[in-house]
Amino acid sequence: MSAVSRVRDWLANPWGQPRLLGAFTWAYMVWSIVPVGIAILFSFNNGRSRSVWQGFSTRWWWGDPYNSVLHDPTLRGAIEQSLRLATLDMLVAVPLGVGLAIGLTRWRGYGARPVNYLMLFPLVTPEIVMAVSLLLVFSLLYAIHFGTEAQTLGQVTFSISYVVIIVRGRLLSVGPEYEEAARDLGASQIGAFRLVLLPLLWPAIFASFIVVFALSIDDFVVTDYLSAGQSTQTVPILIYSSVRGTATPALNAVATVMVIITLLSVGLAYLVYRWAARSQPATSNSALNEIAALEV
Amino acid sequence: MVRRWFWPSFAVPGVAWLILLFLVPTYAVIAVAFGSLDPISLNPVPAWNPLDWSFSAMQSVLSDLKPGHTFWIVFVRTFEYVAISLAGCLLIGYPVAYYLARYARRTRGILLVLLVVPFWVSYLMRMLAWVGLLLPDGLVNRVLMDLGILSHPYPWLAGQPSSVMFALVYGYVPYMILPLYAVLDRIDRSVLEAGRDLGGSPISTFVHVTLPLSKNGILAASVLITLPMFGDYYTNDVISNSPKTSMIGNQINLFFQQGAAANIGASLVIVLSLLLAVLMSYYLWVTVRASAATKESLL
Repeated sequence: MSAVSRVRDWLANPWGQPRLLGAFTWAYMVWSIVPVGIAILFSFNNGRSRSVWQGFSTRWWWGDPYNSVLHDPTLRGAIEQSLRLATLDMLVAVPLGVGLAIGLTRWRGYGARPVNYLMLFPLVTPEIVMAVSLLLVFSLLYAIHFGTEAQTLGQVTFSISYVVIIVRGRLLSVGPEYEEAARDLGASQIGAFRLVLLPLLWPAIFASFIVVFALSIDDFVVTDYLSAGQSTQTVPILIYSSVRGTATPALNAVATVMVIITLLSVGLAYLVYRWAARSQPATSNSALNEIAALEV
Repeated sequence: MVRRWFWPSFAVPGVAWLILLFLVPTYAVIAVAFGSLDPISLNPVPAWNPLDWSFSAMQSVLSDLKPGHTFWIVFVRTFEYVAISLAGCLLIGYPVAYYLARYARRTRGILLVLLVVPFWVSYLMRMLAWVGLLLPDGLVNRVLMDLGILSHPYPWLAGQPSSVMFALVYGYVPYMILPLYAVLDRIDRSVLEAGRDLGGSPISTFVHVTLPLSKNGILAASVLITLPMFGDYYTNDVISNSPKTSMIGNQINLFFQQGAAANIGASLVIVLSLLLAVLMSYYLWVTVRASAATKESLL
């Protein structure tokens, strides 16, 4: 079949498969993922180069007694700091965001509207603006120690809004009926919240944990501005500061460790989510939808 | 009885957090921009009281913003890079989102997973990947030389505007596709069939039905990636690291990471925020309207 007649066929039957568009989509997927795959491959390079393949080795992972991920304290420290901040961020931002989401949806007073806008502002503020403002306020007004303490405060500030949006979406789709039924059946306000609302919110809370984890692991600007030198650098900061220098493939290995940790935890979380969502009333279909709902 | 304070009390910690760590810090930027510098240490001395404000830093920023001056050149360059990168993201993102929403059936699951993977790989890891490929002895140069397109390695990473824009597109396009996909997926198939039944060609159905129905999605997705691109400095630092391609974000970063003039840096932050205010309010308006709509349709 010639190309012309193929185009004509497609025009005649618009529900058929547009091959060109399909090829373009697959090409995009390859383009978006293969470079990362190559970078991962180079972490196994048997040489100092991050761009010329010199054979396979695990020296940058654990073989080299000084410069491998396993033995270099700077590299290990960056991974540890990334995970430490992600844990702290999840522990603080999720409860705050869940509370804010519940308060905002059920609150029918004058305060709700301004708070609603206030909550959305961190989402639209460019990160450098937020980083500069936190840097200035921590050094000039609050006397907060730079490093883990300041980094956590900063990360939580931009994470809360995402939690609010995810949880609020779930709250709106659940509606107030279940709780009202519980109240009619004699539950106290706190009882209805604990026994009815909280279990219904659990998939959204779970999705929030995953999203906050990913936000924290990925963050560079705020975390860098609020860091206290090398001791509190995270993996993105390490990449930023050494990628243009003479860094060895160990840098690729560190980045790969983070990719593996993220993909493993997200995969695991997704399985738990699927398993837990089975016993839930069908209001929202998947974690992907909750995450996609963030964007618009 | 439903106690009136019961629900608002849930919001109190979150609201307090946002006031202390978002509103007050924003005011700190203003206080520093309109404050002064300690003559010896060159540390910023904020003017918390509006009556003490001094406008000298802002005036020097504004005078450098006149056509032809330093900041003017940087602002124009930033607008140029962001506009071209945004166009690139749309040209790549829309067809991909369209294919996923309209045509992919058996392959949709796997394509969606592939689409989300970049979200779980950190942005700087993705930049690291391209630095490896674009180095003088990297894969890109070697392939182009093997094909005879280049005779010697091209310095992709030495202050090339095209490399910076390429990296911006690569970095931000996933954030564009997902919301576009969500909007296109919501378009009812029967509307498209109606367009066809009424005699529209596939192209006119696309132009008169699909495109208008996805217009708001396109705008929202564009704003969503434009805002962070305007504040981006790390892509530029990693891919170019040259003042020839420096953007507003780089300029602001310079004042805070090494420069001594924090009040000038803070003034620049204010100017940038004011320029972006239009985009920010548009996005806020759309989001609040959308959440009000779901509230109405669900309650």
